[in-house]
Amino acid sequence: MGKAKHVVVFEKCPTGIKGLDEITKGGLPRGRPTLICGSAGSGKTLFAMEFLMRGAMDYGEPGVFMTFEETPEDLAKNFTSLGFDLHGMIARGRIAMDHVKIERNEIEETGEYDLEGLFIRLGNAIDSVGAKRVVLDTIEALFSGLSNTAILRAELRRLFHWLKDRGVTAIVTGESGDKMLTRYGLEEYVADCVIFLDFRIEEQISTRRLRIVKYRGSSHGSDEYPFLIDETGLSILPITSLGFDYPVSKERISTGIPKLDTMLDGKGFYQGSTILVSGTAGTGKTSLSAAFADAACRRGERCLYFALEESPSQIIRNMGSIGMDLARWVKKGLLKFHETRPMVYGLEMHLLTKLKRVAEFKPQVFIVDPISNLINAGTVSEVKSILTRLIDYLKMKNISTFLTDLTQYEGIQGRTSSEISSLVDTWLLLRDIELNGERNRGLYILKSRGMAHSNQVQEFLLTNQGIDLVDIYTGSGEVLTGSARAAQEAGEKATELTSRREVERRLRDQKRKRNALETKIAALRAEFDVETEEVHLMAEEEQKRQAVLAEDRLEMGHLRKGKSSVPTAKQSKKKRERSVR
Amino acid sequence: MKTVTKEKGTKAKTDAKEEIWNLRLYVAGQTPKSITAFANLKKICEEHLAGKYRIEVIDLLKNPQLAKGDQIVAIPTLVRKLPAPIKKIIGDLANTERVMVGLDIRSISE
Repeated sequence: MGKAKHVVVFEKCPTGIKGLDEITKGGLPRGRPTLICGSAGSGKTLFAMEFLMRGAMDYGEPGVFMTFEETPEDLAKNFTSLGFDLHGMIARGRIAMDHVKIERNEIEETGEYDLEGLFIRLGNAIDSVGAKRVVLDTIEALFSGLSNTAILRAELRRLFHWLKDRGVTAIVTGESGDKMLTRYGLEEYVADCVIFLDFRIEEQISTRRLRIVKYRGSSHGSDEYPFLIDETGLSILPITSLGFDYPVSKERISTGIPKLDTMLDGKGFYQGSTILVSGTAGTGKTSLSAAFADAACRRGERCLYFALEESPSQIIRNMGSIGMDLARWVKKGLLKFHETRPMVYGLEMHLLTKLKRVAEFKPQVFIVDPISNLINAGTVSEVKSILTRLIDYLKMKNISTFLTDLTQYEGIQGRTSSEISSLVDTWLLLRDIELNGERNRGLYILKSRGMAHSNQVQEFLLTNQGIDLVDIYTGSGEVLTGSARAAQEAGEKATELTSRREVERRLRDQKRKRNALETKIAALRAEFDVETEEVHLMAEEEQKRQAVLAEDRLEMGHLRKGKSSVPTAKQSKKKRERSVR
Repeated sequence: MKTVTKEKGTKAKTDAKEEIWNLRLYVAGQTPKSITAFANLKKICEEHLAGKYRIEVIDLLKNPQLAKGDQIVAIPTLVRKLPAPIKKIIGDLANTERVMVGLDIRSISE
C-alpha cells in the first residue's frame, strides 16, 4: 500500500441516476448509509426508488425498500409512470418491500424496549432477495409513532451501524428541518454522505436543486445542481465542474447559404462552434436557422431544433415558401423538432429538457430559436448561467450550436445577446435597413473567431428559391439597398448600355469610312493604271513612229542615191536655224 | 413458538360479554427485556384476567417473517388480538397501570 494516499478509500456504488454519478465521482459510498434530506415533495422517495430500481435492473444488485409512509401499492402505482415495474421486480425476487406502519393511537408504551423488530424485518427482507441496496423511507416516521426519543436515537445509531455491518448501500430519507438538515437530526447518525434536495418556487416557477452536503472520504461537486423529474426519472446536470478542455475541431461546415460561406473565409462555420444570430423581428432569423438545419441534414447529420416560438409544422410550411423542404428530413429522422413554450417550465427544466434530448438524439447540430424567449422564464443572469451551461455542454460534445436572439427595436443588440456574446464564436447580426420608404434586411458578421471573415454588410434576400445574399450597392459614395439599389443598378446598366452603343456606332462609322477610303484608293489606283497604260501606249507609238521615220529617211536616201544623205540634212537644218537668228 | 395457555373456564361461559383474551407477545430471543415483559404480563393476566386469557409468545429470531403481519417494530410488543380492536403495547410492561389502560382491562376487573 505504498501509494495509499491516492488509493480510493471508499468503493462507490453507482446509482444509475443520470448525472449523479458524475458529480459524486462514481456514486454513493458502497456499503454505507447515505442520507437524502429535503422538504415534502422534493423528490426524496423518487431518488431512493430510482437508486433501488436501477440497482436491480442495471447493476444486478437486488434491493429492499422499507417504506414508513406510502403503501407499497401507492408506490408501485406512482412509479409505473416512470417505467418502473415494481410489482414485476418484487415477483422476480429482485426487490423486497416492507411497509412499516406505526399508529400512535394503537400503541401504548410501557418501560424499556428496543427496535429489534425493525432490525429483524429488515434483515429478513435483505436475506429474502440477497439485497445489496436498502432504502428506508422515511425512517423519521418512527419519531411520530413512538415517543421515547432517547430509545429511538440509540436504536437509530445502532441501525446505521448494523446496516454498515451488513454491507448494504443504504439510502435513508429525512424531512428537512428548520435549524437542522432534518427534523430529527438524522444527519448526526449518517456521517458518510448527505445529499440535500431543494424544491423552490420563484415567481411561480419551480426549480429543483440538489446539493451534496457532505461526502466523507471523497471529493465531490459542492454546488447546487439543478435536477429534473420527468418520465424517465431523475436527471441531474453537472455544470460548473466543466472546464474549457473541450475538443476543438478544425472541420468547417456550411451555413447552408453559399454566399454566407464565402463571407466566412469561404468555408462556413467551425464544427462544434457556437453561432449566435441576433436581429429584430422579421429579419430572417428562423430562415437562417432552417438553412443551417437543412445543410446539416444534407450532410447526413442529425439536427435537433428547439422551437420556442413557432410550431414545427408552421416552420416547415414557412420554410417551404422559401424553397426549403424540411419535412423530408423530419421523415428521414435526421431533423427533430422539439417545441416548448418558455413559460411552461423553469429555466433549469428547460436546460435539462434540452440536454436530455441531446443525450437521446445525439445531434451534430443543435438549434434554439430563439433564446430570447427564455427570458420569460427567468432573469437575465439566470438565462446567462443556463446558456453558459448549455453551450459548455454542447461544446464538450462537439455539437454545433445555433442560437437566435430576438432583439429590441431600439437597441442594436438584445440583452441576451450581449450577456452571452463572450461565449459565442460566430455572431451574425441581421438588421433592418430602412431607406427610401422601404425596409430591407441586412446581414453582417459581428465576429467570427479563428477565421478571416468579411466585413461587408450584405443584403439578405428571401426568395422562393431560397436565401440569397447580395452585395449592397456601395458605388458613387452611397450605400443603397432594396429597390434603391435595384434602381441605381438599373440606371447604371442603362448608362452603360448607351455608352456601349455609342462606341459601337463609332466603330461602325469608322469601318464605313475605312471602306469608303479603300474604295477611293481603288478608284485612284485604277485611274492611275489607266494613265500608266496610256503612257506606255504613247511611248510605244512614238517608238514605232521613230522607227518608221528612220525607215523613211533611209528610203529617201536611197531614193536620192547620195552618200551623205542624213548628216547633211541635219547640218543644213542647223545652219538654217543659225541664219535666222 | 411457545404457547402458554391458562384457562379456568367456569366463569367465562356464564357471561356472554366475557370472552377469551388472545394476547401475543413478540420477543427476539431470551433477552432480559422479553423475560421481564413475559413475567409482568403473566402477573397482570393472573390478577385481572384469570382463566380467560391466552398468551402466545412469538420469537422473531425463529420466525422473522411473522413480524410483518402485526407490524412489529419494537421489541417486546404485546398485541391484543382479541377482543377487538387490536391494541399494542410496547416495552417491558413494567408499568402495570399503563398496561391495563393499554389493554383496556380496567373495566373488566371492576
